[in-house]
Amino acid sequence: MLRIRKRTNMPLWQQWLVRFAAIVLALLLDAVIIYLLTKMNPLKVYSTMFTGVFGTSRRVWNAIRDIMMLLCIGVGLAPAFKMKFWNIGAEGQILMGGIAAAACMIYLKSLPAALLLIVMFIAAALAGGFWGFIPAISKAKLNTNETLFTLMMNYIAIQLTAFFVTFWENSYGSGIVGTINPETQKGWFPPLFGQMYGLNVVIVLLLVVLVYCYLRFTKHGYEIAVVGGSRNTAKYAGINVPAVTVRTVTLSGMICGIAGFISVAGQGHTISTSTAGGRGFVAIIVAWLAKFNTFVMVLISFLLVFLEMGAKEIASRFNINDNLSKMIMGVILFFILGSEFFINYRLGLSKAEEN
Amino acid sequence: MESVNTQRSEYAVRMVDISKTFGTIRANRNVSLDIMKGEILSLLGENGSGKTTLMNMLSGIYFPDSGSIYVDGKPAHIRSPKDAHDLHIGMIHQHFKLVDVFTAAENVKLGIRDSLKKTKAAIRSICERYNFTVDPDKKVYEMSVSEKQTLEIVKALYRGADVLILDEPTAVLTPQETEALFDVMRAMKADGKSIVIITHKLNEVLEISDRVAIMRKGEYVGDILTKDADAQKLSDMMVGHAVSLNIDRPFVEDKKLRLKIRNLSVKDHMGVLRLDNVSFDAYSGEILGIAGITGSGQKELLEAVAGLIPTMSGSSMIYIDPRTGKEEDIKKYDAEQIRALGISLAFVPEDRLGMGLVGSMNIPDNMMLRSYKEGRLGLTDRRKPLDLAKKVVDELEVMTPNLDTPVRKLSGGNVQKVLVGRELASEPSLLMAAYAVRGLDIYTSYAIYRLLNERKLNGGAVIYVGEDLDVLLELCDRILVLCAGRISGIVDGRTARKDQVGLMMTSLGGNTGPAAD
Repeated sequence: MLRIRKRTNMPLWQQWLVRFAAIVLALLLDAVIIYLLTKMNPLKVYSTMFTGVFGTSRRVWNAIRDIMMLLCIGVGLAPAFKMKFWNIGAEGQILMGGIAAAACMIYLKSLPAALLLIVMFIAAALAGGFWGFIPAISKAKLNTNETLFTLMMNYIAIQLTAFFVTFWENSYGSGIVGTINPETQKGWFPPLFGQMYGLNVVIVLLLVVLVYCYLRFTKHGYEIAVVGGSRNTAKYAGINVPAVTVRTVTLSGMICGIAGFISVAGQGHTISTSTAGGRGFVAIIVAWLAKFNTFVMVLISFLLVFLEMGAKEIASRFNINDNLSKMIMGVILFFILGSEFFINYRLGLSKAEEN
Repeated sequence: MESVNTQRSEYAVRMVDISKTFGTIRANRNVSLDIMKGEILSLLGENGSGKTTLMNMLSGIYFPDSGSIYVDGKPAHIRSPKDAHDLHIGMIHQHFKLVDVFTAAENVKLGIRDSLKKTKAAIRSICERYNFTVDPDKKVYEMSVSEKQTLEIVKALYRGADVLILDEPTAVLTPQETEALFDVMRAMKADGKSIVIITHKLNEVLEISDRVAIMRKGEYVGDILTKDADAQKLSDMMVGHAVSLNIDRPFVEDKKLRLKIRNLSVKDHMGVLRLDNVSFDAYSGEILGIAGITGSGQKELLEAVAGLIPTMSGSSMIYIDPRTGKEEDIKKYDAEQIRALGISLAFVPEDRLGMGLVGSMNIPDNMMLRSYKEGRLGLTDRRKPLDLAKKVVDELEVMTPNLDTPVRKLSGGNVQKVLVGRELASEPSLLMAAYAVRGLDIYTSYAIYRLLNERKLNGGAVIYVGEDLDVLLELCDRILVLCAGRISGIVDGRTARKDQVGLMMTSLGGNTGPAAD
């Protein structure tokens, strides 16, 4: 009989060793799968993943762009998640931020370029924040279930986006907004350090540091941790739980709104219902695996984007069904998530456990 | 089902030498209990005396570590509630085991392959027989507490229970509903069924039962026929003889009024009156003990003063500031505002990890709970809590691998030291502590008593809710006895006798008759 016991203190280096071992094991299993199904050399497939992501500087920058996007959303989720408020409405908050940013680009193009970007930033943060505020106030006042509420808010945001896409439709009948301000490039991120996505990196890394400090060193951050730890204790300590809830989730929505702004101004220069593209959900994995530590999120975001881009590359290079690449990704994620079990629990035979 | 034999000499159930241990706690120690056919047996004892554990072993929730059970004279191994049903034993738990979204009939037939039609007919006939009213089609979430209890009884009877165990059934009932329940119990007894009622209310014991079995601290004390018993005898058996503990009780000459509670009434979120018109004073330089059966309103009393739960109109809680002498009615403030007003109030709640501390945080972060608002510029000051954590760990000898360990990984006694250490750090002028030594070893308990005494000597007013009467009688200057949300009396800790306090705990004002309204 197997017995599972809670493990209390595994040294940090050992924890990382377990995680590393998990990735190695996953790659081994993937190799077997690849070989059995395609008879290809697994090493060749893996090296293709690397070249797919690091092959050219363009690819590297595309990877960085995607990493920053995912990271930004993960960072946005962190405060809410740390408070044990399960905000799965990032998708909608991103879209609302995107709509606000696009609206500014369309209607305020007469503003100076720098000022327009600042206005867009603020508008997107407010729109995303508002989308977080609604489920938060409802939770604070009526104790509604935030998971359902934030999820439903996503669908409203998608419908709103669909409406505005039709409303702003460019070239009549196309059904898309198309690139906004293609000539003037008003509201576009200017290249920074000669790099198209330079500003994306700066904004997101700044957020990583700011949110880390906010959660770790401020009174607000402490209140979030206490509410997340025990609402009763928070009340006992004189913390206004409803106010903290609303404040924190609004902040969470604001950062996700900023992610929408970055997506519109720094990447697509347009708005569509796929502006969020499911990343609001993928970011949940990022936030969760990083245990809400924003610096660890950089690593996790990298890993996820690497896997996704690499998988796409394999699919196109070897002309195989992209289900195989999804399988490879799935195995790796499964092993990483599974390794947490071995970090938190100890397995043993029940006989050995007798006293 | 057709046990018509009401002869007192026949055993329905015999439990012999039963022991049950949970971790280090010995919930039952060599307990032997007989249940006769056709009797109403009261199982009496304080909270934590092991009554419910014992009955849970009869109803298949727990399995005894040792000892044997005989049902109808045959050895029985009750491994699950189903085994208990098969032996015609049913138990009505304090927390009802009903499915809220199901109807009464669906709940009754749960797990039994009967048609709903048959079940409904059976419910009606049971109701007729014992004069119940249960609507088989009513959903459980639409029912009142008393309806749910009736349904639980019907459920047990439908399953053919001949031995029915009721765990503190009157705790949630109004006096009228209690009377109705007693009528039902008498009808069932007349029908030849055996009934065990777990309770700590003496007047009910005397009113309903034929025989009383008493437990104390996991052990069986003895039994007595109700006709030979009176409240004094029962409470003596329940609380036992006074034991000398040699706890210090320094005397402070100069006492000053610190807290004036008048007409304090509190309803819980279910609308049940938990504190009824409570008035008392607390002075600096004294420890005011609060005695009572668990659930008599102690928790509500402390939480009301701490500003955690709303009080009813007409209540007043005047705090007298020791420096300025200014009077402030803190009734209208919540915990946040009381803190902001600079009222020096500390509270060691009963639920240490659920209310006093955050289990996932380390010791310094838990110290910060009281002081985090002092930091400047929106930032937290981590130095002071860290120093305090070191000091508490040092002075109170907290056993922890390091300061970074989450407090939930510490043992109960160490968790309590962290909590008490933090609360005392502010040198509060009013200190409230609930069950501060529960689960602690002797050595740690005395350390806590010493800390409480220090606070008293340094001009603090201390309110101490305790469950061990011996401790209360040696530690406290005065003891306020609560009974069912009301003040049963306030006695001098130096002259009060244990039997006297025990009686006041179980019946209002220490009277043996039913409480006057």
